Parts: sequence; structure tokens; C-alpha cells
Amino acid sequence: MAKVIINDIPVEALNDASILDAAKEVDIFIPTLCHLDLESFNIEHRTGSCRVCMVEVELGGRSKMMPACCTPVQDGMKIKTNTPEIIQIRRTVLELLLSDHPFDCLICAKSLDCELQALARQFGIDHLTYTGERSSYPRDTSSNAINRDLDKCIMCRRCETACNEIQTVKVLTGYKRGFMAVVAPPEMKPLNDTNCVFCGQCVNVCPTGALTEINYINPVWKAINDPTKKVIVQTAPAVRVGIGEEFNIPENESATGKLVAGLRRLGFDAVFDTDFSADLTIMEEGHELINRINKNENLPILTSCCPGWVNFMEYQFPDLLHIPSTCKSPQQMFGAIAKSYYAEKIGVSPKDLIVVSIMPCLAKKYEAAKPEFINNGVPDVDYVLSTRELAKMFKEAGINIAKLKDEDYDNPLGESTGAGVIFGASGGVLEAALRTVSEVISKTELKDVNFVEVRGLEGIKEATVKIGELDVKVAVTSGLGNARKILEKIRSGEAKYHAIEIMACPGGCINGGGQPYIHGDTTKLERRMKMIYTEDERKVIRKSHDNPYIQKLYKEFLGEPGSKKSHELLHTHYHKKREK
Amino acid sequence: MSEVTEYKKILPEELYRKLDSFVEDLGIDSKDPRKKGYLIQVLHKAQSLFGYLPEEVQKFVARKLGVCHSEVSGVISFYNFFTTLPKGKVNISICMGTACFVRGSEKVLKEFENFLHIKSGGVTSDGKFSLDVLRCVGACGLAPVVMVGDRVYGNVNPKMVGDIMTDCIKLANSMEENK
Ligand code: SF4
Ligand code: SF4
Ligand code: SF4
Ligand code: FES
Repeated sequence: MAKVIINDIPVEALNDASILDAAKEVDIFIPTLCHLDLESFNIEHRTGSCRVCMVEVELGGRSKMMPACCTPVQDGMKIKTNTPEIIQIRRTVLELLLSDHPFDCLICAKSLDCELQALARQFGIDHLTYTGERSSYPRDTSSNAINRDLDKCIMCRRCETACNEIQTVKVLTGYKRGFMAVVAPPEMKPLNDTNCVFCGQCVNVCPTGALTEINYINPVWKAINDPTKKVIVQTAPAVRVGIGEEFNIPENESATGKLVAGLRRLGFDAVFDTDFSADLTIMEEGHELINRINKNENLPILTSCCPGWVNFMEYQFPDLLHIPSTCKSPQQMFGAIAKSYYAEKIGVSPKDLIVVSIMPCLAKKYEAAKPEFINNGVPDVDYVLSTRELAKMFKEAGINIAKLKDEDYDNPLGESTGAGVIFGASGGVLEAALRTVSEVISKTELKDVNFVEVRGLEGIKEATVKIGELDVKVAVTSGLGNARKILEKIRSGEAKYHAIEIMACPGGCINGGGQPYIHGDTTKLERRMKMIYTEDERKVIRKSHDNPYIQKLYKEFLGEPGSKKSHELLHTHYHKKREK
Repeated sequence: MSEVTEYKKILPEELYRKLDSFVEDLGIDSKDPRKKGYLIQVLHKAQSLFGYLPEEVQKFVARKLGVCHSEVSGVISFYNFFTTLPKGKVNISICMGTACFVRGSEKVLKEFENFLHIKSGGVTSDGKFSLDVLRCVGACGLAPVVMVGDRVYGNVNPKMVGDIMTDCIKLANSMEENK
């Protein structure tokens, strides 16, 4: 323990704590910009590059200005955090940052969610002290997922930590030096020409508008208002536990019914649920797992719901492409069923049926546009909006969903079980599969549908579940760095499992690249996760195979899980991708 | 040697072999956490072999040292010494050291840029000429200084650029003939 004094308040801090940590102990607020502490994941990014967090440190009779986020406490330090001199230094630092920053706030996608803007406001900056040359780069809109506008980059390098350390995709680097420096892929290549998997974790941590999503709000408005089209919408599980944050819906209140009501007010012809196709995924993937267990071959099975992860696997583990499930993601299954079964039911030609997805995810934008998911020019899913984009649409339309009365999803593609909704949190897909697979194999009803061992925000979770006579070994990973660890063990033969769930985003889709920004506050993720399991508990039916509309779909249309028709519509194949 | 062929696109195999054995001779332990420390040394060697460090060479080095391509690219972009573009047959360097700078070397550079239609760091499309800037070459008495190969021009002003270029064209042509 180190004893220090901060603004005349004595504080005892752990020896490896930073001044910033110590100040937090006594509720002293030091502004930060480049620093990011993702506490629930034990990840701290401290490059010390911005110098917004300067404090005055007196030790051994000498006093110095030091950055609080990356200076460890030492016994006897006397620290001042808010003298007029310090405040002036911070203001100067901000003014210098602003001198090389475009003044696009009014037309910036990140406005009101930008950490630089918030600091400028906090320090009352109302004019430009320094002007001079500004760096200028072409915008990178090469992908259909991520918009890069490096003019707004402040070189905090948080995106590098997200991509290189957390995800281990490693496509970003500090490039060039001094005024010319940027954080970008090698040789400033457009993102689409790299191994980027479009998980959007870099977007989630970027403090400014340098990294945002590619926005599809306008084409969706157009489609809704096109009288020749029927426009339906699906909402992913994690959207309902994120959207409320944009409308100040109380933390423990479900936003699901309000989300549905809001979508109807936007003018969608039917409001459906990706949870339905999550149930369908369990039927198909469960069937695959049972087959593989019975034959005891090609194990472990890896889940394939997450396009970020699928992308990663195609680039980095091309030798393992035979083990993931061949199931499409729930988003794509929904599109495929909507444009066949549902279109037929309502007598609309697939080309006049527009499917819009609301996803917590940016990789889903990339996925929807993959050539294998487009039939004769008609994509299974036409437009993908992130949770954030949907919130903007609601606001544009003057809809405050917090004020709306709860409404229910439409049928038939809106009915789902608790197993469908937990897809939104890391561990959920596997738990949903276990609920179904154990009943099918053991032919007895589960006493307890809760497999709590696989829940939680930890990056790697393992469990052994008894199904009939068999000990089924499962693992759950989220965050691609963790996925890499497990996959390397599978490659070497060191680890043996029956099934593994893999999600690209740490914590699963609740922390997807399209969710409302958390600005480093991981307690928000804990709340989202809790809400997912609350939604599950509130459902009358909690096992996918008990969903009456799923049963009907098989009876009327698909036949059996794994049938020829299922394979045509609901399964896919993987490609080896060459490192770019 | 499989990696050698995997990344070879246009540059000679022979040079890749040399680079490969250079790295092998360093005897880097793949588990050594400090193996990144060799990166600059290896890039130095690579540039001396190939003359420049295009993407195919960067990827070769990355694979060879077990680091990622983005990191290699970042290091190359950080140091002025490394270049990702081939130099022209005749390279023209303008000194931007303090003495040359205050005596107007920037104007000289501008004039060369206008003449060749390239920026500093660039190569003309026919591959004949390249232009770059140097830090002090230790001939401050002659400032501003321009170097073409090992020939030094002193007290250069923008009006002399035409004459220097005439020399350069002659030099390029004679190199062509000697081939
Ligand atoms: S989207 Fe993911 S993979 Fe792509 S640059 Fe960002 S963090 Fe890296
Ligand atoms: S792109 Fe964003 S996260 Fe990355 S360095 Fe720039 S400001 Fe930081
Ligand atoms: S974990 Fe979820 S949000 Fe993240 S990339 Fe995968 S599917 Fe998208
Ligand atoms: S927040 Fe401490 S240096 Fe940026």
C-alpha cells in the first residue's frame, strides 16, 4: 500500500495503482481522453498519449506535472488535481488537439457521443486559440460496415488495442510519425483490403467520430415509403437490452415491447424477431451436434452465428473449416425463411419483400452483402441497421419509445422462446442448444433449463454436462483473442470438447460493434447481460423445440431438421481466405 | 523455403534467398520475446538487398520473424531511412539541414518538384528520376546543397535547377547505354 495525499485528502492505494485509480477511490474526478479501462474484461489501455489527465505531483520536495492515468502512486506523493495552472494546461492540450480537428460537430455521426466534444464543453472552450495546417485524409468507406474518417483521429490508439490485443486480428498500426502520423492498416490500405473481420470493436472504443458505422438509414426510409414494397423488420436479441439506454428507459425495465411499438410507428409492415430464427438455428445446429455425437466424429462443433468470428476463422484457421456448424446465422436464416415461406404465405414476390435487420453488430452488415446470401439478385436480408442507427431513426421521426405502451411482435416470425433471446449474451447459444439437445437425446424433460456455468462475461468458460450416459464437454469463448487460444488448442489436439460457442465481441452481442456506446463503463454490459436472462425467465416457453411456430414451420414447409430443404435455405459453406 | 515462393511476386528469388539465410544466421529463437528487436536490423538488410521495401518484402519479413504485417509496416513508416518505393535510376537529394533550409533549399525543392512533376519521396513514371530530402550532409559552407549520386552541387538556387537536370538526363541516358 502507498500513502498519498490528493487535494489534501489522504488516500491509501495499492502499489501498482495509478494516480487516476487512487483519485477515483475518493471520488476525485480527473478528466481523461486516451485512457480506457474495460474493467469487466481486465483490459486497460494506457498509452499516455493525450496528456489531458495532467496533475501536479510533489515528491521529495520537488514538484512536477505528470499524466495521472499512467503514473503509478508512490508513498508520500502529494497530488493536486485542480489548481488553476493544471486546468490551464489541460485546456491548452485540448486546444492543441482541436487545432488539428475538423469542426464538423453539427454534421458528425458521433456528435453528443464524442468524448473530445464532451471535454471541449467541460473546459468551456469557445474559440480557437491555435490555427494552422490540418491533416486531411480521404475517408475510407471501402467496406459496407465501417466508416473511417482519420481527420477526426486524435491518436489515442484505443482502436489498436481493441484490434491487436483484444481481437488479435492485428490490422491496425501507428503509421508514419509526427504530424503525418495516423492509426491505420499497413500502407494506409482501405479496410476492405485487409484481414479485418468487421467486428466493430475498434468503433466501440473510438472516442471521436474517426470510426463509425456505414449508415443505411436513408435507404431504409426510402424502402418504408415505397408503396410497391412490403417492408418487414427483425430485431436481434441484444438490441432490446441496448436500445433503452438511448431513451433513458430505467435500467431494470424491459424495452422490448416499446421497441416493437416504435418500429410499428416507423411504418414497418410487420415487426418480427430474430429470436424466432435463433430457435430455428437451435433446431438445425442441435440436429448437427446430435449427429456428430452419435457418430463420434468431427467434434467439436463450433457455433456459426457470429459473422465476425466466421470471418476470423476463414482468414486465420483455414485448416479447421470442417468443424464449424454449417448453419447460417439467425439473421440470414430469418431472411431466407422470410423470402420463401413467408413471402409465399402472404402472396408477395421475394423481390418486393424488403427485409431490414436491426442488429447490435457491424459484421452483420458485411454478412448480409455476401454473395452466397444473394439469390438471383435478391438478398436474403436487404438492409442492416445497428442499434445506434435505429435510435437515430426513432429520434428523427420524433418517436420517444420510452413513452410508448408495450406491443407484441407479429406472427408467425415473431414468436420465440427464452432460448432464442439468450443468444444475445456470451454462453446463450450453447445454453439454448443444451436445453434442446439434452431433451432430444435423453428423451426426458429437463428439470432445470438454466445452465448457469456457461453464463457471464469471462472470456473462456468451460463445463461438463451430463446428458443421458454421456459427459458432454463444452466451452464458451468471446473476444477473438480468447477464440484464438481455444482454437490453437484444438489444432494441436490438446483440448477435447463436444461443442464450443464462439462470439467475436467480448461478452457476446450485448457488446457488439453496433450497440450504444458505453464509453468504458462495463457495468452497462453487466446490466445488459442480466436483462437478457430476465427476458428469458419471463418467457413461458424456454426451449426452442417447444416453439409452436417453429414446429409449424417444419410441418408446413421444411420437413425435418437437416432436411434437403433446410440445407438449401438454412445452411452455408466456408471459404479459405488468403491473408491480405 | 515455402514462404519464399509464397510471397514472391515480382522481385528476384535470389534476393529472397539471401535475406532468408541472413535471418537464419541471426539464429533467432521463435520464443524469444525480444525477437522484435531484430526487426530493424532485418529491414536494413532487406532494403540493402532490394533497394526498397514493398509489401511483398514486408510480408516476407513479418512471416520470417513471426510478427504481424501491420507492425512491420508501422516501423518502416516511422523511420525516414526506410522507403517503400523504388528509387529512380538517378536519385536527386536536396539537403534540408538548417543551413541549407535558411538559405532557401525549400524553393530549390519546389523547383525540382515542378520540373519532374513528382513530390519529394516520389519517382517519375518512367522510373528514371527520384527526388528526396536529406538532413545535413556536412557541406554547410556550400548551402544550399543538392546531391545527384555522389556528385555535389553547391550554392544552388532555383534558376540552376534546369542545368542540374540537364546533367541528370545525360547521366540517365549514359546509364541506359551502358546496360
Ligand atoms: S472491425 Fe474488428 S477486425 Fe476490423 S479493424 Fe476493427 S477491431 Fe480490427
Ligand atoms: S481512430 Fe479513434 S480509436 Fe483509433 S486512434 Fe484514432 S481516435 Fe483513437
Ligand atoms: S459477437 Fe455478435 S455483435 Fe459481435 S460480431 Fe459476433 S454476431 Fe456481431
Ligand atoms: S488520459 Fe492520461 S494521457 Fe491521455
